[in-house]
Amino acid sequence: MAIRGVAWKFGDYISTDLIAPGRYAHLRSDLPKLAEHVLEDADANFAPATLKKDKTYIVVAGRNFGQGSSREHAARIIKLAGVPVVLAKSYARIFYRNAFNIGMPALTLDTDRIAQGDELEVDLKRSLVRDVTKGQEFRVGAIPETMLAILEGGGIVEFVRKHGDLVFKGAGRS
Amino acid sequence: MGLTLAEKILSRRLKRDVHAGDIVVADVDMATVQDGTGLLTFDMIRELMGRDMVKYPNRAMLVLDHMGPAARPEYSNMHKRLREFAAATGAILEDVGSGISHLLLAEKYVKPGDIVVGADSHTSTAAGLGAFATGMGSTDVAIAMALGKTWFRVPETIRFVLKGKLQPGVYSKDIILHIIGRIGEDGAAYKAMEYAGDTVPTLSMDARFTITSMAQEAGAKLGLFPSDEQTRAFLKRQGREKDWQPLAADPDASYEQTLEIDVGRLEPLVCVPHTPGNVKPISEVAREKIHVDQVFLGTCTNGRLEDLRVAAGILKGKHVAPGTRFLIYPGSRGVYQQALAEGLVQTFVEAGAVFGSPACGPCPGWQFGLLGDGEVCLATQNRNFKGRLGNPKSFVYLSSPAVAAASAVAGKIVDPRSSL
Ligand code: SF4
Repeated sequence: MAIRGVAWKFGDYISTDLIAPGRYAHLRSDLPKLAEHVLEDADANFAPATLKKDKTYIVVAGRNFGQGSSREHAARIIKLAGVPVVLAKSYARIFYRNAFNIGMPALTLDTDRIAQGDELEVDLKRSLVRDVTKGQEFRVGAIPETMLAILEGGGIVEFVRKHGDLVFKGAGRS
Repeated sequence: MGLTLAEKILSRRLKRDVHAGDIVVADVDMATVQDGTGLLTFDMIRELMGRDMVKYPNRAMLVLDHMGPAARPEYSNMHKRLREFAAATGAILEDVGSGISHLLLAEKYVKPGDIVVGADSHTSTAAGLGAFATGMGSTDVAIAMALGKTWFRVPETIRFVLKGKLQPGVYSKDIILHIIGRIGEDGAAYKAMEYAGDTVPTLSMDARFTITSMAQEAGAKLGLFPSDEQTRAFLKRQGREKDWQPLAADPDASYEQTLEIDVGRLEPLVCVPHTPGNVKPISEVAREKIHVDQVFLGTCTNGRLEDLRVAAGILKGKHVAPGTRFLIYPGSRGVYQQALAEGLVQTFVEAGAVFGSPACGPCPGWQFGLLGDGEVCLATQNRNFKGRLGNPKSFVYLSSPAVAAASAVAGKIVDPRSSL
């Protein structure tokens, strides 16, 4: 089933400090409140718009999205704000794993081809993003097998619960 | 095929050879959270296991370094929960005033060959000991604490061959800033960085930890040094010589790329706002005569004894410039005690600096020395993202402790080599 939403564009090198600013660290025990400030220092209009929920927005960013700190809060408040999927040219390592761990796909794609406000349909099964506004289809970069397993398992906690352990096909065990 | 340092550590643990690209599940020797990431980890442990628990209490550590002493009641409430969790599970608690998790891991816990994960992006600092240490999110660390293991993709490795001798006034901070400026903030994305070359034996552990702490700023999973005589000497000073073992990559290991750096040709470097990849030589930056409202010495990157010694050497008999505040936070209680014993604290206080208790200080932008609108801070920390010191309308520059101390005296960003 396709995920639908409207593109909200961000630039390259969006840090977790821009996604979940340090000055709101006291809200970390209240994630819905922290989500009111999501990406605030990158674009102050984004959080008010996503939280209104009249539309679903898809974060569309450039290189190394989510760089900086390990704060999983960054990925969580993007999801809490109602964003179903993130598209970017590339991701910082920890953010990438965090996103899949909480069941939010982070897909790679040359996002220059998408414009602010474009209507998008993301088909995970077929690895395709359809830009309805432009009438074009883009293939997204392959999702690594482990990430796919975690995503299909409903996030890493559900995945471990279901399997009763942390096991991947073909992975060795110490 | 020979093994890189990262491959070797994981292979030994798995008791079979693994190579870049393999997915492995491995037991972890230590899993840590700090006060900003711990609560989410505990929530996830409860979701997974139905209660507060850790599989191995002596392999789980909670460090109260980012928010202590608490500047807000919300921070105090988080600290209460961290202490409760430690009491309920028997996990190691390093309470307010102990220091930064990465210094404590290196000083007291991590051995060469260990596997370490932490809900803090600079957990790679401990990889300076020849350990596989890397940062993860809170949920990954919840699993590591609850099950005692985690999964990794064995990383490809970029090898950095360091040659020659650093000039006076140039430090290991300048080596890592040079590297980040050269390869970019995602130049080592998902990879291991491994250090080799004739400079390596001359680098102290304090110098190495500065380099490994900033692997994250190049996008890497970790930055590794071999375990050698410097490592042994460091562990001996910590009363842990028995934890030492030599560890090096195989000569025929396969690297994705090898880069050579003649460190003798480096000059002091500065990262200018707003990213750590924005690296400029001091000669260029000093020409601009940038006034500094605040200078900050400390953090997991440069809050160790050698860093304080360099700064004290520059500050001795001098005074911090009027219109500039100089904040110093030692990285751990051990560093603090040694700085006291050597008279460094006396030098700092006489010079008009503010000396704090062991903690992250202003680095995360949560308390202690946040900046006003338009203010400039020169810091020895590892990142200068917009808003990092609590205010998106302020400007953060990054440098070595020498540039920081000389600039605190001058009131503007200057080349430290004239004050050595
Ligand atoms: S000193 Fe700074 S970078 Fe290091 S752990 Fe603390 S907040 Fe993070």
